[in-house]
Amino acid sequence: MTDNGVNVAALLEAREALKGAPEAAQFTWRASSTWQNGVHSTVSVKNYFGLGEEHEHKTESVFQADHPEVFAADDNGITPIEYLLVGLASCLSAGVASVAQNRGIQLRSVESVVEGKHDIRGILGADSDVRNGFSDIKVTFTIDADASRQEIEALVAQSQKRSAVFDALTNPTDVVVEVA
Amino acid sequence: MIATVVIGAGQAGLAASHFLTARSIDHVVLERGEVANSWRHERWNSLRLLTPSWQTRLPGLRYDGTDPDGYMTAPEVTEFIERFAKVCGAPVRTGVHVTSVRRDGDGYLVRTAEGDLRSRTVVVATGACSRPAVPAFAAGVPAPVVMITPFQYRDPGQVPDGGVLIAGASATGVQLAAELARAGRRVMLAVGEHVRLPRAYRGRDVLWWMAESGVWDQRYDEVDDLDRARRLPSPQLSGTGETLDLNALTALGVELTGRWAAVRDGHALFSGGLRNVCALADLKMERLLDTFDEWAGGGSGERFEPTRVPAAPRLRLDLTSGEIRTVIWATGFRPSYDWLDVPVVDAKGRLDHDGGVVASPGMYALGLPVLRRRKSTFIYGIEDDAREVIDHLAGYLDSVPR
Repeated sequence: MTDNGVNVAALLEAREALKGAPEAAQFTWRASSTWQNGVHSTVSVKNYFGLGEEHEHKTESVFQADHPEVFAADDNGITPIEYLLVGLASCLSAGVASVAQNRGIQLRSVESVVEGKHDIRGILGADSDVRNGFSDIKVTFTIDADASRQEIEALVAQSQKRSAVFDALTNPTDVVVEVA
Repeated sequence: MIATVVIGAGQAGLAASHFLTARSIDHVVLERGEVANSWRHERWNSLRLLTPSWQTRLPGLRYDGTDPDGYMTAPEVTEFIERFAKVCGAPVRTGVHVTSVRRDGDGYLVRTAEGDLRSRTVVVATGACSRPAVPAFAAGVPAPVVMITPFQYRDPGQVPDGGVLIAGASATGVQLAAELARAGRRVMLAVGEHVRLPRAYRGRDVLWWMAESGVWDQRYDEVDDLDRARRLPSPQLSGTGETLDLNALTALGVELTGRWAAVRDGHALFSGGLRNVCALADLKMERLLDTFDEWAGGGSGERFEPTRVPAAPRLRLDLTSGEIRTVIWATGFRPSYDWLDVPVVDAKGRLDHDGGVVASPGMYALGLPVLRRRKSTFIYGIEDDAREVIDHLAGYLDSVPR
């Protein structure tokens, strides 16, 4: 029996159930940020909404976001844009595990390295032709599994196809920022 | 009261008529225009069938021309379907526009501009491609850019001078991209999920493999994910004998971008996921060719170069810059049921049916994607579907007392 620790049966059940109940499928994810000092903020994540009600994570997660010393900052935590890499890597890995489970492929190890190329002249306002965000992102997976190379490539392709973070990074999202 | 009203005199409605006649069920086929209307009026000039002519057949009628390995033009398909209508003596009333169908007692009231009809059963054969699907963000495309759909497109001469952005890389999008690039136009093609196929494999047309290996005979109740199978984009094929995949288009100078995702402040924004949709299509094609080899019981044929994706696909395009003068929405087609006053259409505009048996007693459908088999929307695929659907209809007529 393939066991990657993913409860695929529950996910497939949820898919069927939510087909007829689109309201229940509406989730809201939240993060709350408090500015500390300089370019350092503390961001916590605890509550989210979904399946028609409020939920709490088992524990609250607290993240320090700052900028490195080469940016003349104190480096109390990773850079905000690095959190995007954290999200992408973990989302794609979750996808690989789920798809592998569904396809009966036993995984032994899944490693990935995510590199985001960033021309910081954009955020510094040094060149108006340079964008603020990543110029491009490269993800390299190293996977050991009971599967052919073609099957592994298919796992990685399918995980991108169903990835929330891959979609959020590759497609435009309407973002509203306002003052309460 | 008539036993059956068939709506639409294309290959599906006429095939239904063929089997109704064989069972001596009195019926009439109502057609808004002429027989094979969409083949006459809703196709571009150079379009040819995707299926080779030897494979193009209707119940009791086969291609008998001189080029069985060729692909019929739209006028040839029109002529073929007209011939079929004559051979089976279909009782077609042309120029009859159905304005509404509703339940009436234990049958249906069919309203037309030419008067009303009452029938015990109805066969909906109005096709899967009644209207081009255009995304809502098309409204944000700035005015100097001309937008056309495949229904309006006839030939490159009709497209305003200048660059053309084609949204969608299925059969329609790749064919129009090739035609416009060959006419010397600068063409950009926005590519979402697509189905890549070579035109030929191991010396045979790829559709020979699809048919012979049994892929196309796979029944709707055997398909893993029927929703997905029914939404599958049409394969990147053209009726010219050439392979028309993205590599062929790149060689013609067509620029590939990711799926067109939005319009913001006069700019088209494209998805950064082009590499993955190409990887998915390459992998899926490889698997299909493997299944052909397995079916053939050994050996293997040529393998094709992975899709060449530009190193840095464009993510945005200023639509006001004049670089692009025309947008063609090759983003698929949808059926149209606005005349159907029976609650059998879901929120997404799809007909609620089980293998062509619509969720209203005595109502049937034909000619929709994977209606009863993967081949349902191909001309030669209608015969098996029509036979089985009309079998069911006949059973219904027998079971319900008049």
